[in-house]
Amino acid sequence: MKTEALITMLCIQIPVVCITAYFFYKVLKTPKKSEPDSYSENEES
Amino acid sequence: MSNKEAWGSRVGLILAMAGNAVGLGNFLRFPVQAANNGGGAFIIPYIICFLLMGIPLLWIEWSSGRFGGRLGHHATPFIFQSMNKRAIWRYIGVFGIFTNIAVAAYYCYIESWTMSYVYHSVVGTFNGLNQTEVKDFFDNYTDINSTTTGIPYESIIFYILCLGLNTWILSRGLKGIEKVAKVGMPLLILFGVFLAIKGITLGTSGASEEVPHASAWEGLNFLWTPDFNSLWDFKVWLAAAGQIFFTLSLGMGTVHCYAAYVKSKDDIALNAVSAGFMNEFVEVVLGSLIVIPIAAGYLGIDWVKANAGFGMAFQTMPYLFEKWGDILSVMAGVMWFGLLFFAGITSSLAMGAPWMSFMQDEFNWNRKKAAWSFGFIVLIMGLPTVIFYKYGVFSEYDEWAGTVSLVVFALAESILFSWVWGVSKGWKELNSGADIKIPVIFKYIIKYITPTMLMIVFLGSLLKPLNNDWSQAFHSVLSGNGWTLDNSSIIKMITNEGLKEQLNTAINNNEPESVINEIKQNIFYRNIARTLLLSLFIGITIIISIAYKKRLKEGRKLT
Repeated sequence: MKTEALITMLCIQIPVVCITAYFFYKVLKTPKKSEPDSYSENEES
Repeated sequence: MSNKEAWGSRVGLILAMAGNAVGLGNFLRFPVQAANNGGGAFIIPYIICFLLMGIPLLWIEWSSGRFGGRLGHHATPFIFQSMNKRAIWRYIGVFGIFTNIAVAAYYCYIESWTMSYVYHSVVGTFNGLNQTEVKDFFDNYTDINSTTTGIPYESIIFYILCLGLNTWILSRGLKGIEKVAKVGMPLLILFGVFLAIKGITLGTSGASEEVPHASAWEGLNFLWTPDFNSLWDFKVWLAAAGQIFFTLSLGMGTVHCYAAYVKSKDDIALNAVSAGFMNEFVEVVLGSLIVIPIAAGYLGIDWVKANAGFGMAFQTMPYLFEKWGDILSVMAGVMWFGLLFFAGITSSLAMGAPWMSFMQDEFNWNRKKAAWSFGFIVLIMGLPTVIFYKYGVFSEYDEWAGTVSLVVFALAESILFSWVWGVSKGWKELNSGADIKIPVIFKYIIKYITPTMLMIVFLGSLLKPLNNDWSQAFHSVLSGNGWTLDNSSIIKMITNEGLKEQLNTAINNNEPESVINEIKQNIFYRNIARTLLLSLFIGITIIISIAYKKRLKEGRKLT
């Protein structure tokens, strides 16, 4: 693979993977809001 | 109000939203668009459009949806009406139901191909077939008079099965959609990662006597080598904006509908970017590492350049998987068509939600009745795309409902949100309950940049110049020679100019009667498709008008 293609690919794909993981992690780690909220799962717990 | 639907969990909502966005285009359209528009340089306008148009539009749709949901509206006609009292917004909102039904009609057909191809991969139909035979298999499959399994009208039966499955899941409500997303999205990513690893590790091992220079690296070079000259080409920017638009399922009304079930105190800002970036991961990372490298690894980059397109998924990939041995070829077939199936079904389920929500909100239908009515309408609209696939009905639906309608709707909603309702109200709505702090610059991007970009995309489609050559077109205008439209511009599409030209050429060249008749049939069936689409639009408009009068009669307020 050509170096310039490899650099371009990595410069785009690595940040996309990191940002996606970061936002999803933030969703998982943000404390749930008090009831009543939008999600029925929380009501059951 | 009978609409008591609710999301089960926040992760479920995000996966459903991401599933709505992730579709067949992530794996089939993106790599082809990138390859045809400057390879690695395409990604620069693509990312800029994602940040300036994609993310802001996601926020606009999530905010509008949640605002309408608070007032009991879960579909765009009355969501828009609640943002502004003028009747025009109610009727622009019709697009948010119309587009979904019309797109579902042909989208479910592609989805049914993936179901059928999973079956054929498992039973070993493609074993020992050469490249031409695999391609012929697809042609036979889409010809309703042929059968590949011995079942008569196989393509229709698979279509009905697929639509029936969608309808049954929809009849389970949001919880059903959420369950499919929670299973489908992780599986899709798992299958995608497996195939992507195969794509990047194939190297030159697929070279053969017929194609001695075949190399997967060449496929990746083709996709990712930057050609910075293309950045000055307006066509590339339009292609990038178009790709962002379609990949995020913007301008359809599905995002509004899903977001309408979120309460004001709950976040939408982080949810929107999380779902948006999940889509980008599937597209930019997985989508670019499967079809093009694997095809280039066996058939060579020249073949890919000549044949890159939507059909590769069905007409070429099964043949290439056969080179991986008996067991792995079955696994790869199941994974490839399985991931396309999950990409498809999570999107088609979203398309059912606006109609169902509207009927539940306005006519107190229960969700089963709402779901089966959706299935019935889609069946009526969709059968012509299956039966007359080769006569352009499918393409006609895709052009008008799957392309033009989206742009018109998104342009209108961005103007409504930023200028009519007011960006200050919109900004407040977006930030209510937000779990992230959105940079204030986005307020101005939403107000000025996003509508401008959408207007450019719309005008670009309306006035696309001959051969999509913008610099030549501007030179031509400046030198007083006028603007020559391409046959694929909206203006020329309306009058079927391309087909009429083909017909005249065939007549002038004394082509055989069969060729002339085929073009005439094409024009005929395309007009039938337009009539069906127009009838659907008028039908939905009438239903919305009845719902509005019913509201007035019952004294139910819109705002």
